[in-house]
Amino acid sequence: MVSDTIRGLLEQTFPDASVDVVDRTGGGDHFHVTVGSTSFEGLSLVEQHRLVNRALAEPLADGSIHELRITTKGNPTHDAA
Amino acid sequence: MTLRDEIQQVIDGEPVAIFMKGTPERPACGNSLRALQALWGAGAPITAVDILPDPRIRQELSALTDWPTIPQVFVKGELIGGADITEELFASGDLGRKLDAALGADREQVVKTVVLAATPA
Repeated sequence: MVSDTIRGLLEQTFPDASVDVVDRTGGGDHFHVTVGSTSFEGLSLVEQHRLVNRALAEPLADGSIHELRITTKGNPTHDAA
Repeated sequence: MTLRDEIQQVIDGEPVAIFMKGTPERPACGNSLRALQALWGAGAPITAVDILPDPRIRQELSALTDWPTIPQVFVKGELIGGADITEELFASGDLGRKLDAALGADREQVVKTVVLAATPA
């Protein structure tokens, strides 16, 4: 499952993170990831999203992620709702 | 001029540039539409480049910006983000404040489309 791969890559890059991966369409290639990590503190939104994009560079490049929505939060204990 | 130079010229020369799938009149992707709507809502002038006519546009753009996805939005040469960030900044009011600071509050809201010359017609 691509969503498991995505979760694994994000947890590997952001060890303290709370990670939420939603398959938006059920088709296994449109995802919304929400990552809460202290790694984001003090970074601009562009820098925060760059870190997420880099963590997912491989599935983005090989096309297994067709569409990616990103929400980042500085606090790992975020409310997923 | 190379395609990369052309892309850089749009980024540097336009007050607000969006590289998107489709055009403002006919957006071809929901994310491009989301970013456009946020820009429009914040009163941004919009210069759009459709990346679909030639796959090299997207390749060159992403190589230049180190940003893998489309759309990409720039204010005065600075990448502000893709659809999610643009929407987030609009919702918080930060997009309007950023535009006010960069372009002035009494800016004219025009929409135009740039076709890159290196793109085959």
